[in-house]
Amino acid sequence: MTHANIQLDENGHLKHFLSIYGLDRGLLLSILDHARSFAGVGDRAVKKVPLLRGKTIVNLFFEPSTRTRTTFELAAKRLSADVLNINISTSATKKGESLFDTLQTLEAMHCDMFVVRHANSGAAHFIAGKVAPHISVINGGDGRHSHPTQAMLDMFTIQQHKPDFTRLKVAIVGDILHSRVARSEIHALATLGAEEIRVIGPKTLIPTDIEAMGPRVFHNLEQGLEDVDVVIMLRLQNERMCSALLPSEHEYFHLYGLTEKKLANARADAIVMHPGPINRGIEIDSSVADGRQSVILQQVSHGIAVRMAVMAMTMGSLADTPTLESRDEV
Amino acid sequence: MDVSKLSLDDLISDMAARVDERIRSFAEQTPVMVGIHTGGLWIAAAMRERMQTEIPLGELNIAFYRDDFSRIGMHPHVSPSNLPFEVEDRHIILVDDVLYTGRTIRAAMNELFDYGRPARITLAVLIDRGGRELPMHADICGKTLSLKAGEHVKLSGPEPLALVVKENG
Repeated sequence: MTHANIQLDENGHLKHFLSIYGLDRGLLLSILDHARSFAGVGDRAVKKVPLLRGKTIVNLFFEPSTRTRTTFELAAKRLSADVLNINISTSATKKGESLFDTLQTLEAMHCDMFVVRHANSGAAHFIAGKVAPHISVINGGDGRHSHPTQAMLDMFTIQQHKPDFTRLKVAIVGDILHSRVARSEIHALATLGAEEIRVIGPKTLIPTDIEAMGPRVFHNLEQGLEDVDVVIMLRLQNERMCSALLPSEHEYFHLYGLTEKKLANARADAIVMHPGPINRGIEIDSSVADGRQSVILQQVSHGIAVRMAVMAMTMGSLADTPTLESRDEV
Repeated sequence: MDVSKLSLDDLISDMAARVDERIRSFAEQTPVMVGIHTGGLWIAAAMRERMQTEIPLGELNIAFYRDDFSRIGMHPHVSPSNLPFEVEDRHIILVDDVLYTGRTIRAAMNELFDYGRPARITLAVLIDRGGRELPMHADICGKTLSLKAGEHVKLSGPEPLALVVKENG
């Protein structure tokens, strides 16, 4: 027996959602299935289902974020949970309280789930290992390591346009080195059986060991885009760059910025994605970001449905093991 | 009783006629039919073929409204509810296969109200097997069965529709 995966309970259900790595294809497809069921809730007169009524979910953000935090908050509210937003960078840790004490304090308030975003890789795993057994932890992005809900909302968006992953060529373009999104996407695409995964970017922004994860590396955007079905653009993460990795933003746009002309190398029905926020004129031209092939705003809406799915699944894992028979009977 | 001897075809035709009558007596309200996933939807579709009134059909999946989530967790596959019409001010014919504790109907009505305020809800079920835990009753019922404790009636389908009584301990 291998050591149990901390993300799964003893019945193999999702207990924490920390990284794509370690989850099998069936589980990823089940997240996508549940997200599809939740997607319609946003179109109704009452945009809520009562599934997590009475649960308290804490958004524990050690790193600023607007899009991720607000979509987690909306997802929790649409499941009827109560939500607490705690911005740690401006909070108790400034007064000297340790992370462990902060967690214990929140546990004493009877919270049921922590959504954690942290600048250090492994922070969510660390917290999942420390919390009381009834609490679930969801990784909202940790350092350069992983951002699994972003990866799954991108998989959901891809699936809506191109249902068969096994026939897809997907290119991830830009700052791979600093990107937890890229790492999670590569794991998710590989697990879902994508035909080909490519990473495209300058040598300084592509980790040297990336090929071990499976993707083909390109340093020329036009060549890399040839024949692809999905283009995922990444944001240039200036705040994480500690040394001169790029000549200039102008030069970067010239070589790696996605323009309509360069996009013409991809398949005619290729979709263009970006996790946001967009740096217009640096990694992507406005005419592409707002263009016919862009699905960037759909990604935002899908983020709510996917986060609802993950929250409901992790909270549901705490239930007694059901038999199929007992599920059918009401 | 032996449920396999029941003619589902006759029961459904009889229910369809009574739904037609019910719709006529509330003629000022636009009727729509909503089947509860999955058995209720099969019965609703079968009734609709036999009815004189043309009526749109929607599907309700009450998985997110069940009252036992904290005990049994998420259902593995939840197909989305699909109500391709306004619920507001409509006469809703809510259809299920078996009426038992009443909890499914409670969940279904809660979900319907999240789409709007219906003018009226008529509940039509194929089988009422007793054992209510909530104050629910069917306006139209194909057949009433009295089952022993531990016995359960299940509908399989959609082609052909068939009833079985199962023991479970």
